[in-house]
Amino acid sequence: MKGRAHKYEKPNIDTDVIIPGPYLKIHEHKELAKHAMEGIDPDFPKKVSPGDLLLAGSNFGCGSSREHAPIALSVCGIKAILAPSFARIFYRNAIDGGYLLPIEIEESTMNKISDKDELEVDLEHNKITNLTKNEVYFMKPFPELIAKIVDAGGLMNFKFDKER
Amino acid sequence: MTITEKLLARASGKSKLSPDDVVFAKVDKVMMHDVSGPGVIKVFDELEKKGIKLEHIWDPDKVWITEDHFVPAADRISAENIITLSKWSKKYGIRKHFKYGLGQYGICHTLSHEEAMVLPGEVYVGGDSHTNTTGAIGAFAAGLGHTDIAYVLMTGQTWFKVPETLMFRLNGKKPDYVMAKDIILTIIGDIGTDGANYKTMQFSGDVIEHLEMEERLTLTNMTTEAGAKNGIIEPDAITDLYMRERTNAEYTHTVGDVDAEYSEIFSYEIDKIEPVVAKPFSPANISAVRELQEIEIDKAYIGSCTGAKLEDLRLSAKVLKGKKVKIRTEILPAAQSIYIKALKEGLIDIFTKAGAVVGPPTCGACCGAHMGVLGKNEICISTTNRNFPGRMGHVESKTYLASPLVVAASAITGKITDPRDI
Repeated sequence: MKGRAHKYEKPNIDTDVIIPGPYLKIHEHKELAKHAMEGIDPDFPKKVSPGDLLLAGSNFGCGSSREHAPIALSVCGIKAILAPSFARIFYRNAIDGGYLLPIEIEESTMNKISDKDELEVDLEHNKITNLTKNEVYFMKPFPELIAKIVDAGGLMNFKFDKER
Repeated sequence: MTITEKLLARASGKSKLSPDDVVFAKVDKVMMHDVSGPGVIKVFDELEKKGIKLEHIWDPDKVWITEDHFVPAADRISAENIITLSKWSKKYGIRKHFKYGLGQYGICHTLSHEEAMVLPGEVYVGGDSHTNTTGAIGAFAAGLGHTDIAYVLMTGQTWFKVPETLMFRLNGKKPDYVMAKDIILTIIGDIGTDGANYKTMQFSGDVIEHLEMEERLTLTNMTTEAGAKNGIIEPDAITDLYMRERTNAEYTHTVGDVDAEYSEIFSYEIDKIEPVVAKPFSPANISAVRELQEIEIDKAYIGSCTGAKLEDLRLSAKVLKGKKVKIRTEILPAAQSIYIKALKEGLIDIFTKAGAVVGPPTCGACCGAHMGVLGKNEICISTTNRNFPGRMGHVESKTYLASPLVVAASAITGKITDPRDI
């Protein structure tokens, strides 16, 4: 997985900022993507190319259980979010829905990465390579069950792959 | 084991569980509403495109549905979502679907206990983050997203990482004019909006022993704002009194072992707590009300699962009785049954005579959805639970979170006001 990082280092970026309340009635994924991160940067969807990464402060995705949040980010192109910590419902929505990967990194790692750096994520070795700065960082590995769900591409695939 | 560990152990068929164990647990009840419901249905639609058709759901009697966020239908899309949800619940044989304009309905986190949809000792998941609320009756209650709820509807199960428990001992006597909202905001101010991330927040102590159910519900409701997986209070005589007024269903009390392990114990002397507000833009941004008395506000909002229960309305009415509001004031009871009780007790009369507008039960402006949303630069004092940027409307509006007593007092003066000062 390789892409450019978009850095929003503020902690506690919440779901009202990621996809504001009035859009909760919308369930068309492409429509939701047009409003991703509207509360912090209305131009966000225009800046993202498919495969890009989001770099964010701690407790990313706190607040509501709206699955609209990981959906909006993933449909506008984000494949993974790197942050020191995630709010629990956002974390499991991202994984169970198979939308994007919430990857936990050290606070110091976040500080080393700059906006627009080119990163490569290696899930097999829990390693992130900064191709722009030529640096290597470590990511926190996923717990066993969660890694299996990630491998399957979400909870539903995990269930139906097992049954097949 | 703690109460949370015991409930998850029972649900996962294990004799012992410890924090960080990951288990698949059987769910006793599941809830979705007019926002999460259509999202869940969308998950099933996507599965059907892949050739996986939902013939029936796991157990229609363990599923219940509410219409609460965009009701009465805020616009065309909201109306269509509600129609979609109604068709789905009929197709899959769900009997407990609370529809607005058809008798009892209201906010999911009010109906869960008001209608005894969930019982003490159960494992309950809901498609809404404030599902934590229902832990006040001694159940394990946690919020999930659409895919997870869809999975529960298919299998009756979900996975959990067993949370460690933070124990909050609330000691002493609660002073007059201090409400559970002041206590929980003070706690969130101390531990932060991620202070309980992935963890359980459990409450005990002298104050809890005497605290009535509706106030307990405010504590567990706001555990979500500290990032908690669930909030919980062990069931006792107060729980039984509350449940017995609402159901004859059988349930048992589960309580933690004497040697249960808590990852951290916080002791609070509640005598020292005073009325507080959470300033924009975080529920952890706490100040004493008396430190902010000069701040002028545009609107007072008494509503939501957090702050429009019957007792919240009674106390608001005590402050507003015989007075006139100086700023726009909106009061929306959390459920139809509460609206009816408020009407019978004369509370609605007090509110309207004071000049406030009384609206129907809805999540409404709490999540910036409709009915009372804030415009640019508008400042609101509210009994709700969140004040992130844009939460109640425009991204440059501001919300101060407070207890119903503080909000009612502020409605009279037009400034942030300590209820002890009027």
